[in-house]
Amino acid sequence: MIASEKGTAPANILAIELAIDIGGMPILVRTASPEFARILENRYGEFVSADARHNPSEAPGFELDVELMPPGLINQNEDLRVRLEAGRWVMERGDFRAEWDTERRRGWVRQTANPYSIDAVLRILHSLILAGQGGFLVHAASAICDGRAYLFSGVSGAGKTTMTRLAPADITLLTDEISYLRPSADGYAAFGTPFAGELAKAGENCTAPVSALFFLEKGTENRVDELSSAEAVRRLMRNILFFAEDRGLVEKLFATACDFVARVPIRRLTFYPDARVWDQVRNFQRVPEHA
Amino acid sequence: MPETCIYIARSSAIAARALAGEMMVMNSADSTFFTLNEVATVIFQAADGHTPLRDIVRDQVCEQFDVDPEQAQADAEQFVAELSGDGILLVSDHPLGSEAPR
Repeated sequence: MIASEKGTAPANILAIELAIDIGGMPILVRTASPEFARILENRYGEFVSADARHNPSEAPGFELDVELMPPGLINQNEDLRVRLEAGRWVMERGDFRAEWDTERRRGWVRQTANPYSIDAVLRILHSLILAGQGGFLVHAASAICDGRAYLFSGVSGAGKTTMTRLAPADITLLTDEISYLRPSADGYAAFGTPFAGELAKAGENCTAPVSALFFLEKGTENRVDELSSAEAVRRLMRNILFFAEDRGLVEKLFATACDFVARVPIRRLTFYPDARVWDQVRNFQRVPEHA
Repeated sequence: MPETCIYIARSSAIAARALAGEMMVMNSADSTFFTLNEVATVIFQAADGHTPLRDIVRDQVCEQFDVDPEQAQADAEQFVAELSGDGILLVSDHPLGSEAPR
């Protein structure tokens, strides 16, 4: 049994708690619905932690209450908006409304019983939390090869899912769509995410130090090319996920992108879509100047 | 006819970082991104709102680069007009307050 039960939920309803642990930052999700809890367990699989309660000896955790609405009460046609109002982040889209108090590390979401709305909310929450910690979410596949993480970024169709499909058996897939990055003592660490793309498969819930980020382009041969720092920052900023209309956080992300480019090798990887491209990735790690 | 003085200052809505010898500037209001060359970087860094552009060109650009002063002034005015249009620099015919050197 992964979920634990607690009797102090809003409206005195017996609440079910699940800790969804992405990037080493578990968010305790509360719902009154056993059916919705099962939806979450199925959706997030190994990212649902067996230890639902936060350890009081550690820094305060993150908590999110889910209030389920009947179908039809929510306007499905509204576009996403994320804005800061009176110290709280307000997130609205046609299928949900949510609020997040950064200081108290608590929030709520109102949605119907589906996994897609809370998935969007979790992506937004993690992007906000990470921005404050010098990390970010980026449109990129990522995988662990020989103990080091490699990222493959690009626009839709550039080859993110193709790279993961071509990966040899010894490669650990972190994600085929959205990579999760946090600063570490010696650079940056990449974490697995359940945020899947065309592969429709969650990544492994594990982490590794980042060895390189490749911007993908399909071509007739496999080739790795240098990128100028400015071009690397420009491409990285274009692919970082960020939803909030907030100047301060945009500036913070720009500083983070510059730091990432200064500390992690960024290259353009032109590749012909067959398994040999992974030899190029392995060889990149063996070249001493990249170590 | 007396020459008009142009004063320039960096907007408070921008973030700038020097990386590997290149100055990168982002307008955080609309996330537009610019890379400045060496001469533009000198002008950008000297844009304190108090020093006239012609002094910046004479004392810094012409001192650091082998350029014709008249051509340098013309190029600087064009560069300033472009960055002003993109919200990166503020331009005035009188000294500007400290907008935000970062």
